[in-house]
Amino acid sequence: MSLTIETRAAGTTTPAIAPALRVRDLVTEFRGRYGAVRAVDGVSFTVPRGSVLAVIGESGSGKSAMLRSIIGINPPTTLVTGEISVGGRDLQTMSPRDRRTARGSDVSMVFQDPLTALDPVYTVEKQLVEAIRKHHEGLDKAQARQRALELLELVRIPSAAARLKAYPSELSGGMRQRVVIAMAIAGRPTVLLADEPTTALDVTVQARMMRLFRQIQRDIDMGLVIVTHDLGVAAELADEVAVMYAGRFVEHGTATQVLTRPSHPYTEGLIEANVRAGQDRRPNAIPGAPPSLDQLPPGCAFAPRCRYAVSACWDVRPITQLVGDGHSSSCLLAS
Amino acid sequence: MTEAVVPTLLDKSFGAGTTAADRDEAARRRDEWNAARTSEQPQSFWQATLRRFATNKVGVVAAGIVLLLVLGAIFAPLLTSADPLIGKPLDRLQNVGSPGHLLGTDEQGRDMLARVLYGGRLSLLAGFVPTIGAALIGTAIGVTSGIMRGAVGTVLMRTMDMLYAFPAILLAIAVGASLGPGLTNTIIAVTIVFVPPVARVAESATRRVVVQEFVEAARLSGASTLRVARTQVLPNVLNDVIVYASGLVGVAMIIAASLSFLGLGSAPPAPEWGYMLNSLRGMVSVAPLVAIVPGFFIFLTSVAFNLASDALREAMDSRL
Repeated sequence: MSLTIETRAAGTTTPAIAPALRVRDLVTEFRGRYGAVRAVDGVSFTVPRGSVLAVIGESGSGKSAMLRSIIGINPPTTLVTGEISVGGRDLQTMSPRDRRTARGSDVSMVFQDPLTALDPVYTVEKQLVEAIRKHHEGLDKAQARQRALELLELVRIPSAAARLKAYPSELSGGMRQRVVIAMAIAGRPTVLLADEPTTALDVTVQARMMRLFRQIQRDIDMGLVIVTHDLGVAAELADEVAVMYAGRFVEHGTATQVLTRPSHPYTEGLIEANVRAGQDRRPNAIPGAPPSLDQLPPGCAFAPRCRYAVSACWDVRPITQLVGDGHSSSCLLAS
Repeated sequence: MTEAVVPTLLDKSFGAGTTAADRDEAARRRDEWNAARTSEQPQSFWQATLRRFATNKVGVVAAGIVLLLVLGAIFAPLLTSADPLIGKPLDRLQNVGSPGHLLGTDEQGRDMLARVLYGGRLSLLAGFVPTIGAALIGTAIGVTSGIMRGAVGTVLMRTMDMLYAFPAILLAIAVGASLGPGLTNTIIAVTIVFVPPVARVAESATRRVVVQEFVEAARLSGASTLRVARTQVLPNVLNDVIVYASGLVGVAMIIAASLSFLGLGSAPPAPEWGYMLNSLRGMVSVAPLVAIVPGFFIFLTSVAFNLASDALREAMDSRL
């Protein structure tokens, strides 16, 4: 294993045709003593290498549950079914041991809060070296340290050598998030999952983070799934955008299709609820709140909040239909 | 009549071909659905707790066992006609299940069932009262010093530490000896033994809670320290205290038993499970089944109470 961060073409063991991430009919059910709740309800998508999927939706729509199911860190009372393959390898059929080794090297994750994702009692170097040596057992300490430095440079941390000796509390939020990202890509993952990576950061840092994600993702040619509330993030970063509601993808297409020519009333609502500087219109909130997952309405989950709803919306659970090239919507009225 | 909605971002033809009557029907069903949501009466805290407790089989069975033991102790005279204090020496050490003596007889020919039932009166009291008493006193001390810090907290907690430094049984003996024999004094002694550990648990839980933002929010909205302690801190501390205290019931019965063994607790021939266990100790090789009967009941009470309080704690936890 060379010490530099290899770019595409170098050293991939899987056929180039295999997408970074392929998910089919993913269902996540949390089972408690007081009943089961279906947080993710039959989601399918594919993320090619070098491409970004942004998943948008309100809190509680199942976005985070989906990411956690993909990497496999749900509590043991969770039932996950469906196919999850990373670079052509099916994670679901792996032994727990293989699945664990796959974490970090096949699929890796960046959490929302960079503060709590770093252990306050160790230096950045110590935590990075630990992550690196887990994935490259042949490396000695000096090599791992060298590699840690390269990772920090890769995530564009200024005076990286000095930052290595710092404790997490000595770094700003943006710096910490960069370190977390560096740890996540230490194993050169095929696909990186990011759960609202910019929510805890301040606005000026957010834009830089977005650029950084783009750069890194091109540098190491991975697939990126980013969950966000922020349509701006989705527009800037994503090749494809999926809109999630009550555990399902209600609309999915290229970023341009979904964000400029939406075909689901929920997507329209999300865009209208967005505040944009220098714009005349006031943001319009979507009335009501997402339904409780254990009491979904009989037909379309969005029907109670939808201003276009007709009676059929209350009878039939809409299936997903194509409304354009690679653009799908699960609205009865969409055509 | 529900007007057609003009799409803002969706395709202009979106929703075309739907009729006003159809939209009216949808609006009606929405109102119906919303009404059904809001008419669901939120349950009160205790109702919800009870409902959740009832779904926990282990908890219900355990609570049932505790209840049976208590009822058995209360209604002992109705359940057996045998005298727990006077036995027939000729019937000594009958085995468990022998005719007339369901649980056998002890080394003096006294009916074990009667002794276990009557003994429950002493042992359950000796197990539960100090635990509950210590939980109340200890929580009060722990929460107070956790919130006050400063001189008050230091004095309270260092006093607790002093008591804590004695081995539990030694402290119980010291207190028991200075108070004199008898059930009441045993209960007082065991309570004093249990207060310091409970106070420690409560104090560390309090320290964890008081720095959280909801406590600050309560202060900001003008709540007095007492109110903060009662409404914000206590409910969050109770969890830890209940978990810890529920494990103390069995220990309390053992300590009470040790005290009576040393002649500091309830005096023989009064039946008391710990004392019975001790006096039958020598008979283990002669009548092993009989000898373990009192131990089994101590074990049963302790485990059942543990499981029941665990289930209660889980049912009380609104975060589920």
